[in-house]
Amino acid sequence: MSYLSKIAAILSLAFAVAVIAPQARAQVNPTAESVSEDALFQALGTEGVVSGRVSIPDQSAGNLIKPVNKDWALLHGNTVVTLSVLAVIGMLALLTAFYVIRGRIRVDSGLSGRTILRFNSIERFAHWTLASTFIILAISGMNLIIGKSVILPVLGEGAFGTLSAWGKIAHNYLAWPFMVSLALIFVLWVIENIPNKLDMEWIKLGGGLFKKGVHPPAKKFNAGQKVIFWSVIVGGAALSYTGFMLLFPSIAGSFTDWQFYQLIHALVAAGLSAIIIAHIYIGSVGMEGAFDAMGSGEVDENWAKEHHSLWVEEVKGGKSASGKGAATPAE
Amino acid sequence: MARMKFLCDADRCIECNACVTACKNEHEVPWGINRRRVVTINDGLPGERSVSMACMHCTDAPCASVCPVDCFYTTDDAVVLHNKDTCIGCGYCSYACPFGAPQYPQTANFGTRGKMDKCTYCSGGPEQDMSQAEYVKYGANRLAEGKLPLCAEMCSTKALLAGDGDIIAEIYRERVVTRGYGSGAWGWRDAYGETVTV
Repeated sequence: MSYLSKIAAILSLAFAVAVIAPQARAQVNPTAESVSEDALFQALGTEGVVSGRVSIPDQSAGNLIKPVNKDWALLHGNTVVTLSVLAVIGMLALLTAFYVIRGRIRVDSGLSGRTILRFNSIERFAHWTLASTFIILAISGMNLIIGKSVILPVLGEGAFGTLSAWGKIAHNYLAWPFMVSLALIFVLWVIENIPNKLDMEWIKLGGGLFKKGVHPPAKKFNAGQKVIFWSVIVGGAALSYTGFMLLFPSIAGSFTDWQFYQLIHALVAAGLSAIIIAHIYIGSVGMEGAFDAMGSGEVDENWAKEHHSLWVEEVKGGKSASGKGAATPAE
Repeated sequence: MARMKFLCDADRCIECNACVTACKNEHEVPWGINRRRVVTINDGLPGERSVSMACMHCTDAPCASVCPVDCFYTTDDAVVLHNKDTCIGCGYCSYACPFGAPQYPQTANFGTRGKMDKCTYCSGGPEQDMSQAEYVKYGANRLAEGKLPLCAEMCSTKALLAGDGDIIAEIYRERVVTRGYGSGAWGWRDAYGETVTV
């Protein structure tokens, strides 16, 4: 026998072992007197699920033992709860500190009394639909995380169960107007939210947030608002996708997929909630004149000049450019 | 008080499914729900083993730790039960359970699972013991009558053991020593953090 044929024989043997070994492993120790649980888990590795055949219609019942499910239980029961609470409490603490140090951001040059239309009725409708559904979704979602330690002791088990059941229904159905208005917001504002060079300038000056009288130039949306916009779009899309999968588990797949979607859903929700709390703060108590933009849609001209100088020029420029040429006073 | 456990001696289980039938009949379990099932491993191969599995009534039950409405409770006999009036059917307990015990009466789309159902170790729920209300929601309460779970009582080969953990572990240990082999106490490590050593 030549060396060549010997090598070929060894190679084919190695190949056969490589191909057959995984099959043999799946069938575990067929000659043993007893197939033990320990041997099975050892053969299956750390991600092992012991499964076999069942004679009932629900074939997923064939999974006998899935130890990995306990890892999800730990992640959800400890890590997600801790991170969610930290995100929300942390943001509230930061904002309180900011308010104590900086106070309410005033319009430095005082209110002019003249107003400019900043957001039209369609923009406001989209914003408030998104905002109101998000708040209900966030609260009913947060209830599933910390409700049992915060609300349950107050209400008692019966009332808390009823409340949470309603919260679940609200969560499942208000998700749809949330998704629709998220898409609408994206279409309405994406052009003005594309990052550009001005944003670097704005970020360098801290947006003027930390120092009185500092007002970096900005168009319709400054860098801070763009961060909010993209957080809402990306976070909202992630929540929509994972939420959809949780609503239709048969489309999503099996247990590992549901666990994965649930974790992403909960973590993104916690992060986005923290960001939105900051957004609500700066749009209400945090800054004079800011709420009008989404309230009546009309903002004070001086507020607009301080916070969105280039946008004011664009809006006014459009009007007065035609006025300038035609009606320059004679003197 | 006893620390109630289940132990399935897989070397004795012949997959007759009497435990499954007994459970369904005793508690009038609705269609589509199996509080107990028999899983056959290595089906048709040498070393085939069948294991009867239901809720193992874990120590530090993962279902209870993830339940958002805290509807689980542990009885004095260490049986893990839940309150169907509080349950919102979120499905988390079924994600967390290593044994596939929690089940739901309805199809799962759009969060319409209905109230979770699982093995009660034949000990009902939070309602008055042996009341009609308890029977409708959770089935019979045999523990309150001084009896053990019917699945184990019915087992023709006495493969499925129910009772105080120390006692059934001792019975299993004696069997393994006598016959010279044993495939282990299935699920014990994951449910109770310890297995039966021989």
